Amino acid sequence: MDLMYLLELAINGALSGLMYALVAMGIVLIYKSSSVPNLAQGALTMVGAYVVLAFADGAGAPMWLAIPLAMLTMMGLGMGIERVALRRLAGRPIVMILMMTLGLDIFLRAITLAVGGGTARPLNIGVSDAPLFVGPLLINRAYVVGAVVALALFGVFLLFFRTRRGVVLRAIADDYMASWAVGISVERGVALSWALSSLVATTAGVLWGSIQGVDQSLSLLLLKGITVAVLGGLDSLGGAVLAAIGLGVIEAVAAGILDPLLGGGTRDLVVAVMLILTIMIRPHGLFGRHDIERL
Amino acid sequence: MLFRQAGIRHTDYAADRALFPIPADRIAIAALLALMLLAPLLFSSLAVSSYLTPWLVWVSATLGLNLIIGWAGQFHFGYAAVMGIGAYTTVHAFKAGVPWEISIVLGGLMATAIGVVFAFAALRVKGLYLALSTLALQFVVDWVISHVSAISGGVGATLQAPALRLLGQRIDSEVALYYVALAWALLVTLFMLNLRRSALGRAMVAVREKDYAAAVIGVQAFRYKLLAFATSSFIGGVSGAVLIFCFYHAVTPEQFAVNVSIELLAMVIVGGLASIIGSWFGAAFILLAPGQIHSLIAWIAAALGADIGLETLAHLPHVVYGALIIGFLLVEPMGLGKLYANLRNYLLVWPFGYARK
Repeated sequence: MDLMYLLELAINGALSGLMYALVAMGIVLIYKSSSVPNLAQGALTMVGAYVVLAFADGAGAPMWLAIPLAMLTMMGLGMGIERVALRRLAGRPIVMILMMTLGLDIFLRAITLAVGGGTARPLNIGVSDAPLFVGPLLINRAYVVGAVVALALFGVFLLFFRTRRGVVLRAIADDYMASWAVGISVERGVALSWALSSLVATTAGVLWGSIQGVDQSLSLLLLKGITVAVLGGLDSLGGAVLAAIGLGVIEAVAAGILDPLLGGGTRDLVVAVMLILTIMIRPHGLFGRHDIERL
Repeated sequence: MLFRQAGIRHTDYAADRALFPIPADRIAIAALLALMLLAPLLFSSLAVSSYLTPWLVWVSATLGLNLIIGWAGQFHFGYAAVMGIGAYTTVHAFKAGVPWEISIVLGGLMATAIGVVFAFAALRVKGLYLALSTLALQFVVDWVISHVSAISGGVGATLQAPALRLLGQRIDSEVALYYVALAWALLVTLFMLNLRRSALGRAMVAVREKDYAAAVIGVQAFRYKLLAFATSSFIGGVSGAVLIFCFYHAVTPEQFAVNVSIELLAMVIVGGLASIIGSWFGAAFILLAPGQIHSLIAWIAAALGADIGLETLAHLPHVVYGALIIGFLLVEPMGLGKLYANLRNYLLVWPFGYARK
């Protein structure tokens, strides 16, 4: 196999991987603050894209206005979900919490489709389709934009965690009992993390929607997001970014090699196998905390 | 009010350990059994073939999943994959000329063999990580089934299941298929009822409550986790095969995709963890309620003259289905089984509520 071709696959894989990091960061933000593994993150991503379209196409707002409006709406939705559905489940067995996020996933997806319609719609954010050549390598322009946005968001989060409110979130992530004891409102912190996570989900929805169109398949990003989150360690944002690059490269290269051999459709297989291997070999991920209970 | 427990004395161990120690329960069970046996005479053939038969098969599968989640406390997010393995094995074995009775056992055994692979995940991690790894295994099994043409007949192919033959008799009438499904559901229910009071079931519950503590009192957690996965995989595999032969009559990979696993989980949760009667309720509820509520909404909309788009209407059952899961987890996390138990306990002492424990 051509080395240049592999390099091209790897670079595009790394860029698209950084866009998976957008989904993964949302999962990590919520897991860090409340130990809720949010399996509805894929649905939130999809809802985010639909809300942007509702503002842009439905209300006729220009894109630069529609996206922030959608982000605000989604932050409200995220906080609402936390308040109504998940706060009451705190301290329940994990199977109930997982099932709740799965139920939310089904509900959000269905209600979005019922309101917004199931046919794929384009979402144009002004990235040109013209090919981008770096030397001999063909690189997808939309992936570059997505990767830059993902890295920028990660940078913003790094700065945010140095602010007073960010320190509060870190304290909650570290030990919520102790945070309670020193007078931090854990509920508000968790709600904030849901809002941030919904904001990230909207970003992911816009970027992926501009690449593959806005329809139900956006919610399938969940598998990739959760794999990246687990691989990076469920409570590490930096781990999610690094793991996303790694998974993106492995997925693209492995699919590039395996697809002709096995007759296509190996991308999801590679991701699922990566998830299993991570859990079997290193369940706390690359940078996660080591306190996972093993038998 | 339902019946009095006063005067019921068990004077020997056999009576005390009977499956249904209270006479009123025995009468109720006998009446229900008679109702189920007579159902083909009482209900229309459409109701039997499109509601009752699938309900019975899903009940068996729900009980199998409840065994692993409710009793043994291990997550299994890939149960549909296990059912699919059983279904495909049975269809292939039967087509190759193996008698149906043996091929369905072969299907169950194959599901057990691969289901134990899921168990190896359970031996290393638990909780969330076990859930995620079984979910990933579901994707892997899905992929293998749909991409290996020796199993599924190629991507997107449908494999026709021949009419089943039981003891040399060709069975293809709707009523006969209903009885096959009923027999399997009753067998699984009987097994679960007995599991609850046997050493195996108690050991599983001990592992569920705390595996360290179970190990301290001499219950090998590894062994019972493996046993739980193996048993429930066998039930799942056979249920998958029964589902194909009694209801779908053809097998495709989509029938056992990840959303089916989640639907089964919903049946277990809505029915109630570790509740047998809850599994019967839960399967019925998840199977029938979205469709019924959907037609109710459509009927109300038509009556009010409101115009709901066709596409909106098409997605409504899923909205209802998601809302049911959320609602149950918020209102009664232990599910319909618990609601039934509450009602029963209330009525048992009805005018004298203070006598309730």
